[in-house]
Amino acid sequence: MGIQGMELCAMAVVVLLFIAVLKQFGILEPISMEDSSDGELELSTVRHQPEGLDQLQAQTKFTKKELQSLYRGFKNECPTGLVDEDTFKLIYAQFFPQGDATTYAHFLFNAFDADGNGAIHFEDFVVGLSILLRGTVHEKLKWAFNLYDINKDGYITKEEMLAIMKSIYDMMGRHTYPILREDAPAEHVERFFQKMDRNQDGVVTIEEFLETCQKDENIMSSMQLFENVI
Amino acid sequence: MAAGLATWLPFARAAAVGWLPLAQQPLPPAPGVKASRGDEVLVVNVSGRRFETWKNTLDRYPDTLLGSSEKEFFYDADSGEYFFDRDPDMFRHVLNFYRTGRLHCPRQECIQAFDEELAFYGLVPELVGDCCLEEYRDRKKENAERLAEDEEAEQAGDGPALPAGSSLRQRLWRAFENPHTSTSALVFYYVTGFFIAVSVIANVVETIPCRGSARRSSREQPCGERFPQAFFCMDTACVLIFTGEYLLRLFAAPSRCRFLRSVMSLIDVVAILPYYIGLLVPKNDDVSGAFVTLRVFRVFRIFKFSRHSQGLRILGYTLKSCASELGFLLFSLTMAIIIFATVMFYAEKGTNKTNFTSIPAAFWYTIVTMTTLGYGDMVPSTIAGKIFGSICSLSGVLVIALPVPVIVSNFSRIYHQNQRADKRRAQQKVRLARIRLAKSGTTNAFLQYKQNGGLEDSGSGEEQALCVRNRSAFEQQHHHLLHCLEKTTCHEFTDELTFSEALGAVSPGGRTSRSTSVSSQPVGPGSLLSSCCPRRAKRRAIRLANSTASVSRGSMQELDMLAGLRRSHAPQSRSSLNAKPHDSLDLNCDSRDFVAAIISIPTPPANTPDESQPSSPGGGGRAGSTLRNSSLGTPCLFPETVKISSL
Repeated sequence: MGIQGMELCAMAVVVLLFIAVLKQFGILEPISMEDSSDGELELSTVRHQPEGLDQLQAQTKFTKKELQSLYRGFKNECPTGLVDEDTFKLIYAQFFPQGDATTYAHFLFNAFDADGNGAIHFEDFVVGLSILLRGTVHEKLKWAFNLYDINKDGYITKEEMLAIMKSIYDMMGRHTYPILREDAPAEHVERFFQKMDRNQDGVVTIEEFLETCQKDENIMSSMQLFENVI
Repeated sequence: MAAGLATWLPFARAAAVGWLPLAQQPLPPAPGVKASRGDEVLVVNVSGRRFETWKNTLDRYPDTLLGSSEKEFFYDADSGEYFFDRDPDMFRHVLNFYRTGRLHCPRQECIQAFDEELAFYGLVPELVGDCCLEEYRDRKKENAERLAEDEEAEQAGDGPALPAGSSLRQRLWRAFENPHTSTSALVFYYVTGFFIAVSVIANVVETIPCRGSARRSSREQPCGERFPQAFFCMDTACVLIFTGEYLLRLFAAPSRCRFLRSVMSLIDVVAILPYYIGLLVPKNDDVSGAFVTLRVFRVFRIFKFSRHSQGLRILGYTLKSCASELGFLLFSLTMAIIIFATVMFYAEKGTNKTNFTSIPAAFWYTIVTMTTLGYGDMVPSTIAGKIFGSICSLSGVLVIALPVPVIVSNFSRIYHQNQRADKRRAQQKVRLARIRLAKSGTTNAFLQYKQNGGLEDSGSGEEQALCVRNRSAFEQQHHHLLHCLEKTTCHEFTDELTFSEALGAVSPGGRTSRSTSVSSQPVGPGSLLSSCCPRRAKRRAIRLANSTASVSRGSMQELDMLAGLRRSHAPQSRSSLNAKPHDSLDLNCDSRDFVAAIISIPTPPANTPDESQPSSPGGGGRAGSTLRNSSLGTPCLFPETVKISSL
C-alpha cells in the first residue's frame, strides 16, 4: 500500500501549504499566540538626571568649573546618564590591555556604586572621585577598605583579600617579568595580613587597617600621588 | 575609542588609590603637572564659518592637526581664532569626529575631496566609523579602479607609438593584439575572420541534404558526401590559414608558455587538431566512428570569433566571474532534481505502463518540469504524482529565478564598465592634447617674452613691448627663473618648431614626440637648448656630456643631452673632437650655435652608457648635436664653460 502512503503524504503537503498561505493573509492570527505586541513597546533605556550643580558642589570638594568639565565628559560618554557594569568593565579594560581587568572592575564598580542599584550615576562618580582626589588620607583609606571589603560587613577576610589580590594580578596579564607564579597573590595576601592583622584573628578590621597604614611611611607618602589628576 | 579613554583616564588613575595600601614597593611619583588652565572654548574659523568647541574636545586626539600644537600655525592673534582656508562643509565632519569619536563619510561629496581633507587634518582614513566604512571603501575602490583604468588607457594609448628598434617579434605581436595599428594587421584580421566564417558555414552546409540533380538516389545525400573534394579543399585551406596564424602567434608571443596556456590558443589548437588527426587516421570503419566524433570539434572554430568580438569576450568574462552563482544554481537544481525525482518515482510506482521506470528516468521528467519546458513525453497519472509534479514545477520557477538576476547584474556592470572604458579612451586623446597645449603655453609665453626683447638689459622702457610689461607677478618671477636657468646652463630655450627644423633630415624616432609630453618642469617640453659655446655649424653627431660645469648630472637629469639622433656610432676620438672647437674658439656672441638636446625624464641608461660617469665635467665620450646658427641675441659666454664643454 505504498500508493496510499504517497497519497497521504501528498494530502499532508497540500494541507501544510494551505495553512502557510492562510497565515500570509493573516486569517490564522488568532491561532498563533505570539506576544508580538511587546516588541514594539520596548521602553527606551532609563535616563537619569543628576542633582543640581549646587548640591553636588556641596557634597564634593570640586569647584563648579571642575564639575562642569567632569559632567561634560561623563555625559559625552554615557548620554543616558548612568554606567552599567558591563560598560564599566569595558571601559576599565581598555586601560589594561595586557591583562584581564574585569574582576577588579567588578570590585571597583561595587565600590563606586554607593546605593547598589547596579548602575553608577554621575553623583556616585563624582562623589567617589572627590574622596579619592580631594579627600583626606583618612577618607581615602576608608575608601580603600571599603573596596577590599567585598561583602561590606566591616571585616576583610583572607578570602576577600585573596580575591582582590588575584584580580589585581590578573590585570598584569601573563607576560610579566619575573614570571608570575601561581602563589604570588596568596603570598602577597599573607604578607598583607601579617602586617595588618594585629590580633591575628584572621580578619582585618577598619581600625587595624587605619592604624597600620598610618604607621607605614610608604603608604602615607603615596597617598598624595593622585591628587593632581584633575 | 580615544575620546572615551581620555575622559575616563582621570577616573582610572583615581581608582588606583585602591592599590596603595597593597603596594610592596614605593610607587613612582606622578608625572609633572602642566598648569591646567581649565577648559576653554576655542574658535575655529573655517572659510568664514565659525566653529566653537572646548579645547578638551580637540585635545582628545593629540596626533592630529587640531589636537596638537600644529594648529598654532593657523592662529590669528588679531581675531583670537584659528583660521583655516578649507571647505567648511567637510570640516563639520572632522569636528564631529572629535566630539563623538566616530568619523562619518558624507554621501554627497567626492570621495577624493574627503580624503584630501582628512589628510590635511591629520586623520587616517581608517578612522571612518563602522556605519560609513563599507560605503567609503566601496566608493574609494571604485574611484581607484577608474583612475587605474585611465592610466592604463593612457599607457595603452601610447602603444601605437612603437619604440624604435623593436624586433620583428614585438611588432608582430603588437599587430596581432591591436589590429588597428597597421593596415596589414587589419587585413590579416579581416581575412582570418572571413575564413572562420567560411569554415563554420562549410561545416553547417555539409550536412544539408542535397538533391541530386541528375540521379535519383534511394536516399538524399548530405552535401558533404556529394561534393567531398570541394569541402575537403575548403577545409584544408581554412586549416592551413589557421595553422599559419597559430604558428605566427606562437612565434610572436612574448611569453610562449603563457600563450600556450591561454584560452584562445587552446581554442585554436582544438579547432585545427581534428583535421590533422583525420589525416593521420586511416579511413577504416572501426576508427571512422571516432573520426566522425572529432569533426564535432570543428565547430569550436566559432569561438575564434571571440578575438573579433568584444561582446563575446565580455560574456565569457561574466560567466567566469559569476562562477559562484552558477555553481550555487547548479547545486540547488541538482538537489531539487534528486528530491523530486525520488518522490515522483515512488508516487508513480504503482501505475502500470508508467514512464517512471527508475529514479534516473524520473530525472528527465523533473528537469523538464522544473525548467517549465514540459515536453509531455512523461506525465504523472496518479493524483499524488500530479500534486507533487505541480509542486515541482512551482519550485523550479523559484529556484531558477533566484541566481539569475545576480548574473544579469554582473554582466550589466561589466558591460557598462567596458563601454565607459572605451568612451574614456576616446576622450583621453582629446584631454591629453589639451593638456599638452596648456603645458607648452608656459614655455611659449617665455619665448614670446624673449622675442619681444624682454631680456634686453637696456633701460629702454618705452621700447619694450607692452606685453612685456603686463606680466603678472607670477609670470615675472617664473620667467626670471627660466632666465637664470639659461644663464646657468649656458643654453637657451627655444620652441619645438625651431628644434625640429634643426633636426631636419634625421629620423625623428620616438623620442621627439615622447619628450613633448613628459616635461612638467619649468623647462619647457622638447626645448632646444642652445650652447653659448661657439661651434661652427656642423652636421655631425656630437653628443655633449654635461656641458654645465656647475650642475651635477644627477640634478640635471631632465636637461641631459641625449642624442635622439645618433647618426654615427663611430666614436669620435678625443683629439678629433678637441681639434674642432679650437678652430672656432672665438667668443663671438653673434653666432650662436645650438646644440640639439632632448629633454627626457628619465634618462634611459641604455643609450648613454658612457655618460653615466658624472666625473669631471670635461669627461664624456661622444656627443650628439646638430648645430646651426641662430640670430637670437644672448649675452656673452663664460669662457670656462666653453673650455669644459669642448671636452
